[in-house]
Amino acid sequence: MAVDVQTTSNVAPVAQRGAKGMSTLHMAIFAALLVAGLIAPFFLYPVFLMKVLCFALFACAFNLLLGFGGLLSFGHAAYFGAASYVAAHAAKVWGLTPELAILAGTGAALILGVLIGSLAIRRQGIYFAMVTLAFAQMVFFFSLQAPFTGGEDGIQAVPRGHLFGLLNLRPDFTLYFVVLAITFGGILFIYRIIHSPFGQVLKAIRENEPRAISLGYRTNRYKLAVFVLSAGFAGLAGATKALVFQLASLTDVHWTMSGEVVLMTLIGGMGTVFGPIVGATVIVTMQNYLATWGAWVTIVQGTIFVIAVLLFREGIVGVISKWVKRPL
Amino acid sequence: MAEAALKVQGTDVATPLLKVSNLEGWYGESHVLHGIDFEVRPGEVVTLLGRNGAGKTTTMKALMGILTKRKGSVVFDGHETIGLPARAIAKLGMGYVPEERGIFSSLSVEENLMLPPRVKPGGLSLDQIFELFPNIKERLSSQGTKLSGGEQQMLAIGRILRTGANLLLLDEPTEGLAPVIVQQIGATIARLKAEGFTIVLVEQNFHFASSVADRHYVVEQGKVIDTIQNAELEANIDKLHAYLGV
Repeated sequence: MAVDVQTTSNVAPVAQRGAKGMSTLHMAIFAALLVAGLIAPFFLYPVFLMKVLCFALFACAFNLLLGFGGLLSFGHAAYFGAASYVAAHAAKVWGLTPELAILAGTGAALILGVLIGSLAIRRQGIYFAMVTLAFAQMVFFFSLQAPFTGGEDGIQAVPRGHLFGLLNLRPDFTLYFVVLAITFGGILFIYRIIHSPFGQVLKAIRENEPRAISLGYRTNRYKLAVFVLSAGFAGLAGATKALVFQLASLTDVHWTMSGEVVLMTLIGGMGTVFGPIVGATVIVTMQNYLATWGAWVTIVQGTIFVIAVLLFREGIVGVISKWVKRPL
Repeated sequence: MAEAALKVQGTDVATPLLKVSNLEGWYGESHVLHGIDFEVRPGEVVTLLGRNGAGKTTTMKALMGILTKRKGSVVFDGHETIGLPARAIAKLGMGYVPEERGIFSSLSVEENLMLPPRVKPGGLSLDQIFELFPNIKERLSSQGTKLSGGEQQMLAIGRILRTGANLLLLDEPTEGLAPVIVQQIGATIARLKAEGFTIVLVEQNFHFASSVADRHYVVEQGKVIDTIQNAELEANIDKLHAYLGV
């Protein structure tokens, strides 16, 4: 009988093991994206590209929660917008350097994530979505009324400052590479989370929470952790955006912003690594190049959303992933 | 076997590892368990036999804490578990393999195998699990749901064995499987029993159950209505046919 029960084992449980390395395909795609990101400002308007990057990070943060945590939040604008306000205030009023202003914004989003998340994760499905929306609306009205947010004017003329007190970020071209580094770093961090043992437990909870509980996991802790992480990355995106546009406004905390990030994630491909990047690029490009159409852009977006839901629910990258039979 | 049991459990074999007394359970307002009583001593394999809808799976869920609306007493390894949440019961060393197997489809076989946290020392190593279930080793990188039904069952059992759980709740492990796989599962249960694992098995197939169990509890309408020692099975075969309606 070879099956002797051991008191020690050479195999660590999943929560203690290291993650697998990045697949060659993913590495190649990340490298291609980085190269594209490095050469893009030589051909395209850097501010437009920075907007794409900020929203790509925002969508990836949202996808971490929805695609891998299985939690549909309708209030992600709260973290994006709150971080935007805090970063703008920190840079303009407190005179913090841009990296500290971004850190302050991200920190505010993390704190907000802990506060809202610890209450919201007690409910699931539509109730979870409604709780997050309700909190986001509270953040919106707070932003409208609070004295330091500038009401409907927002916080304008936010100084971009000098990175670490050295590198002048006023030129768009310089700022672009900083934003590229932040976005790329954020997305790689999210990738690492998804492919870590923590990410595996998240996928298990998303798929069958009662089963994960009966295996011995405190699933609420994992859900709160991913909620806070997602809020933090959304905040990082919002804070960076405030420096790019030198503006924090009510648009950032409005419920339509929460809707837009859902749209970006679903169009690109929920639960995929690269889907939110593609989704954000498509939506921001459309908003930018069809800006002259005014309110018609919303109708075009709505039409695309309906077509996507009816014809390719997996999203653009989801469909490609199916074709190539590899997870993307 | 008793020695093996002592080695694994470190407890007195005369003391039940699991003692269920007057366990009642509800699905919402539906009262489905009406006072289940049974006990399992360390190293034993017992089965819950009964017709569809008798309350066997519900009993498993109530033991594990997945069925939250319950009362009565479930003492496991000296701990009263009736007020504990499912994750805390799992941490005490109760491992549940559900009827639907609960394989996570978005994870690979290896990830499924490594997912459950260790609850106690004494779990099987991967090599030992691969020895029990060689098919799993060959399919480590496959998605969990790309496995055949038999392989999924092996994975579902294997990943619980890794955790160190000393009481295994196996819910219809042979359901829908080919006879050759049923044989393999039966041989595995026999090996685990020989190693001193304690097993509660839900089965409708009493021919299979009789090949591995020490004792059978017949469940009907949410109650244990009879207890039959495996050695007395032949003498009670007509009664059992009547109970199971076969």
